[in-house]
Amino acid sequence: MFAESALNVRNKRVQNLFRILFLMMTVLLIIPVVIILATLIAKGGSIISIDFLFTDPTNGMTAGGIFPALLGTVWIVAVALLASVPLGVAAAIYLNEYAGDNWFTRIIQLAIINLAGVPSIVHALFGVGAFVIFFGFGTSILAASLTLAIMTLPVVIVSTRESLRAVPQAFREACWNMGATRWQTIRRVVLPNAVSGILTGVILEVSRTTGETAPIMFTGAAFFLPFLPQGVFDQTMALSLHLFVVATQVPGVPDNLAFGVALVLIAMVLLMNSISIAFRMYLRGKKKW
Amino acid sequence: MNATAKAISEPVAEFAIRTSKLNLWYGTFQALFDVDLNICNGMITSLIGPSGCGKSTLLRSVNRINERLGYVRIEGNIEVMDKNIYDPDVELVQVRKQIGMVFQRPNPLPISIRDNILFGHRIHNKGDKSSKSDQNEIVESALKQVLLLDKVKDRLNQRGTELSLEEQQKLCIARLLPVKPSVLLMDEPCSALDPKGTAAVEELIWELRGEYTILIVTHNMAQARRASEECIFMLMGKVVEHQATEDLFVTPEQKETADYIEGRYG
Ligand SMILES: Nc1ncnc2c1ncn2[C@@H]1O[C@H](COP(=O)(O)OP(=O)(O)OP(=O)(O)O)[C@@H](O)[C@H]1O
Ligand SMILES: [Mg+2]
Repeated sequence: MFAESALNVRNKRVQNLFRILFLMMTVLLIIPVVIILATLIAKGGSIISIDFLFTDPTNGMTAGGIFPALLGTVWIVAVALLASVPLGVAAAIYLNEYAGDNWFTRIIQLAIINLAGVPSIVHALFGVGAFVIFFGFGTSILAASLTLAIMTLPVVIVSTRESLRAVPQAFREACWNMGATRWQTIRRVVLPNAVSGILTGVILEVSRTTGETAPIMFTGAAFFLPFLPQGVFDQTMALSLHLFVVATQVPGVPDNLAFGVALVLIAMVLLMNSISIAFRMYLRGKKKW
Repeated sequence: MNATAKAISEPVAEFAIRTSKLNLWYGTFQALFDVDLNICNGMITSLIGPSGCGKSTLLRSVNRINERLGYVRIEGNIEVMDKNIYDPDVELVQVRKQIGMVFQRPNPLPISIRDNILFGHRIHNKGDKSSKSDQNEIVESALKQVLLLDKVKDRLNQRGTELSLEEQQKLCIARLLPVKPSVLLMDEPCSALDPKGTAAVEELIWELRGEYTILIVTHNMAQARRASEECIFMLMGKVVEHQATEDLFVTPEQKETADYIEGRYG
């Protein structure tokens, strides 16, 4: 009665076929990552050293280190975060916790989605028009960071909303029914339970911001600067642009230097992503409901 | 209907909740029809009736959570402790403080047992820096009242969400008590619990009578009979009968009530 029928056999074969197919697709997915990393390490790994990270470029950028670019990237990313995180989180809290579902919020949603779809070169030109010229910040860290901030704002808003939405409605109801105001509910219950997700989103934003080139090359990043930035109104070098420059614009750059810069950039991004994933797993393990 | 004995010196409302000509609409759908009720102060009153008859709706209008839905319209009066809670000068936060609510699914907050109990207290006593020992006392007395103290007193820092369902529901009742509400509304508080948990929570509710006015919705006829002093039978948004529980079950005045308690409505 329980013996295998011909149909069972056929179903099983089809089922195996699809399993293998999907597995292969998945493997395909990681091949480029592996190849990129392997190439970078093979060709650029030899140059990586403490000195490389912490000295200035020399000989018209064909030798020496990458310190000004590294520092510049940290500057740009930090200022961009300072601008976009408070704004994005506040907007997400408003949309998720206060706003009802009406035409106003729907228009805002639409705007956010569209903002996410704008190509980065368009953001760059907007940044030039708005921050460099109109607000008179000149080509500076501030202008570059604000441009990046606007570009990554949708990411922050969407990821923050997701984490707010993941907080069970029952918690809010419990608070409201004890007479807590919306704000008390948000501060004491919603935010503490959403903060892990919000931070994960922020770290992902950092990793995205780190690698962007187009939005900063017209607004604040310079090809080469003989000095380090002293404040947000200075220009700066940046890692992503530096890579572009040494790889394509300067003759006579040794291969391992260009690949070394790329390796550092990728390492920073991967590090951020890993931190974000580890952090999420850690907090998910702690959470219980 | 005699109210429980009351102290002569302080005038206490005879009825904790009075509704008159209460009508409620969800959009165009009318869910309550001319509900007139007088709920005795300090008693346990149960609310029974077939599914969809408006029990939850009635309960939820007594602490004004229905109005969170934009499309709800209410006509008529609901007085709690002789004050119409729909008057314009009524502060919603005070209503919620006076009238606690317990839900079908226990919903403790994902914070420690201790913080769960102090939550309401902290919200309603901003700036009042009560000392650690005061707070301990509040936590202890609330837990004692819900018969939970012995079970959890050694793990007050454990999350409320990690308790068993029965304990969670008790905790949800306990956290209402520190702000000294006069009315507790309970919407099928035992229906997510096993029989043992149900018995335990019922026992607790019975312990609280006298001190609080309790209005409890239940599907469980035996529970209504065991654990309430008065009983209201509703049908299709109307109150059919309101009597002392014993009388309602033994000698119902209305035919519909008799049919329902004999199980003819399901
Ligand atoms: N939010 C709502 N929007 C629209 N109609 C609703 C809403 N809540 C309840 N109703 C309707 O109002 C009527 C009464 O519902 P209510 O939840 O008060 O019934 P109930 O007696 O509590 O039922 P149950 O025993 O199943 O919990 C039902 O017909 C229901 O469909
Ligand atoms: Mg109900």
